[in-house]
Amino acid sequence: MVEAPKTYKDLPSTPITFFTTEDNKTGTWRTIRPVIDKEKCTRCYICWKFCPDLSIEVEKEGDYPNVDYDHCKGCGICANECPSNAITMEKEMEK
Amino acid sequence: MIEVMTANYAAAYAVKLARVGVIAAYPITPQSSISEKLAEMYVKGELHGKYFLVESEHSAMSMLIGASYAGARTFTATSSHGLALMHEMLFWAVGARRPIVMAVVARALAPPWNIWGDHMDVMSERDTGWMQFFCENNQETLDTILMAYKISENRSVMLPSMVIEDGFILSHTYEAVDIPDQDEVDDFLPPFDPEWKIDFNDPRRFGGLTMPDWWSEFRYRIALDQEVARKKIVEVDKEFERKFGRSYGGLVEFYNCDDAEVALVLAGSAVGTAKEVSDKMRERGKKVGVVKLKTFRPFPAEELKKLNDMVPVVGVFDRSYTFGYGGALYSEVRNGIYDPAGGALVKNYVGGMGGKDFTPKNMEFIFEDLLRIKKEGKVDKMVEWINIKDGTGRW
Amino acid sequence: MVNIPKFTIPKEEYVCKGHSACPGCGTPLALRYTLKALGKRTVLNIPAGCGGVILGVWPSYALKVPVVDNAFECTAAVADGIRAGFDVLGVEDAYVVGWAGDGGTVDIGLQALSAAVDRNANIIYIMLDNEAYMNTGIQKSGCTPIGAWTTTTPVADEKGWNTSPKKRIMEMLVANGIVYGATVNVAFPEDFIARLREAKDIKGTKFIHVLAPCTPGWRIDPKKSIEVARLATQTGIFPLYKVENGRYSLTKEIKNRKPVREYLMLQGRFRHLKEEAINQIQKIVDEEYARLLKKIKDTNE
Repeated sequence: MVEAPKTYKDLPSTPITFFTTEDNKTGTWRTIRPVIDKEKCTRCYICWKFCPDLSIEVEKEGDYPNVDYDHCKGCGICANECPSNAITMEKEMEK
Repeated sequence: MIEVMTANYAAAYAVKLARVGVIAAYPITPQSSISEKLAEMYVKGELHGKYFLVESEHSAMSMLIGASYAGARTFTATSSHGLALMHEMLFWAVGARRPIVMAVVARALAPPWNIWGDHMDVMSERDTGWMQFFCENNQETLDTILMAYKISENRSVMLPSMVIEDGFILSHTYEAVDIPDQDEVDDFLPPFDPEWKIDFNDPRRFGGLTMPDWWSEFRYRIALDQEVARKKIVEVDKEFERKFGRSYGGLVEFYNCDDAEVALVLAGSAVGTAKEVSDKMRERGKKVGVVKLKTFRPFPAEELKKLNDMVPVVGVFDRSYTFGYGGALYSEVRNGIYDPAGGALVKNYVGGMGGKDFTPKNMEFIFEDLLRIKKEGKVDKMVEWINIKDGTGRW
Repeated sequence: MVNIPKFTIPKEEYVCKGHSACPGCGTPLALRYTLKALGKRTVLNIPAGCGGVILGVWPSYALKVPVVDNAFECTAAVADGIRAGFDVLGVEDAYVVGWAGDGGTVDIGLQALSAAVDRNANIIYIMLDNEAYMNTGIQKSGCTPIGAWTTTTPVADEKGWNTSPKKRIMEMLVANGIVYGATVNVAFPEDFIARLREAKDIKGTKFIHVLAPCTPGWRIDPKKSIEVARLATQTGIFPLYKVENGRYSLTKEIKNRKPVREYLMLQGRFRHLKEEAINQIQKIVDEEYARLLKKIKDTNE
């Protein structure tokens, strides 16, 4: 595990990165959430293909897609593109 | 092997000896003969690396930054407007910590249009973070390029270097130059081995967006590493002297200063003139010293402070001008040697711009003026432009 | 026999979650498809623009391949420099990608790109075209289409929108002698990946013109992003074609081109356009499309 720099002394000579952005939980941006109806889903993976946020996950061919709500920004492309209308966008619960 | 050649050819030989991997070339007077000589060497198969023609100096520097990220040793040369066009990428090379070495054949900036030498171009790039080394002669140009790679590529430094030779005065003037053997240079200068370069097995992002909370820390590192460079420059100069028998003082060279009454600080080819005039004046009992500023960045303020104990009056000769104030060297030197308890009086002399001859007679005028100031105990005016058609007939 | 559902594009991902793109942005899709086609031994160099911001903030970034950031106008030069460095150091089987926006390419970056084509630099130059300077806040670029509102071509009293045509960058580069050029659209991922796979091992400069919607810049509902991008091709506004050594060919046949109105009216940036202006745009698109078909015919004779 790489440690994040704590002071200027820890900085490398060249400004390089240390981590990926996966800890950045962009799911907090969302106001509407996609919900997949597996009854209607034909596993065409169009939602997976068009998800800009890599938040539609399919483990392997044949599996149903799942939504990663930690990162899904709720753009709604998946619901708009789904040819079977298997995805609906639902309002996030008010806090 | 001693050959007679221009400083531009000497620079090209240094590039060959340094086994540079990627050269990007774009013509501009008075630099062009460096690019031409390298092209000739490349076509003859004498170069270790590859030679690329680009469409601008901006792209030359951009290309070298890319090549350096890949892990290659890099070189380009430019002058004047070419350097000005590169300005943006000069900052980029520093921030990206790419130890590029570039020959700058110093030249005036237009208009009026002028292709001849002065230091306006290099002084305008003072704040980019590049190390800046002035050369007094052709041999020094070759030697400084070799040293610059060694200093720049040091993992504690990782900053680019400008090796500055005066346009035409050095770039197109023939002198005897000792070309070291390749074996000796290989022994002095190991291959470029950066700690960080593009690596598909350890992918990183280089120079990406950084927020205000850390950006200053990266800048602070550059500031500190320029201080490291200060030490490395002196070390490398000493090592170079051990290997090749030539030294340039690292940061500063004091010439005829030990018992001097006054001293003149200056950089570049005019140092040679100053040294000669100083010798001649000493024969007549006038003890004048010369301070050769080899390195402008990092600036050798500590070394120059010694002047306060050596002489009561210091002159600074500038081949450039910061409009609205004075010469760039002047303000740096005066600030550098400032002593609240007193210290030397300082006067600025400006001349030799846009290729105007700066003659031994002009130099003697400066020394005489400094001796006069010493006698009178006060500086008459802050800046004096030398050899200006002012109608007085004194030039 | 039961049909097992299949992926129509490679499974491997080289883009990380948590990137900073706006919801519905086309750019991360373009990055996903590009890297799916090119794989792990790819280095991107990205100038100022959305591309740099989307990848996130130091000390993190959102790709699993190396990235070099650079200044706005020097993408092609930096990319060629990386290739030069690889060549002298013997680094092989690597793809060097210059990834710039439309402004960074057809405006400020054109000079360096032209010179790279001149040298036939062995790089893949990808122009992410979202039709304006989006990162700085939707200012008109040389790729902004006629009729579009931007913050520097604002609309007042039914006038003031962008009136200059989109620069014909592909034709410029073809005239420049580029070995391979293709247009791709994030709405057609299989085609996108096919073009890159076709291009990647050609020696020389490859130019890929990507159409990618910008939801705030085009003033579209994020969910409509792909739908709008698809319409750009279906209307003939952004036809998919390639140019191999000067020979043009369509990569996606459009049987019955849809009216441009369908594309325009989904976007807030065109919503000010009245009947007459829409008809004019239709005429321009028809003419441009006919020009393309003629080039295909002429270069294949």
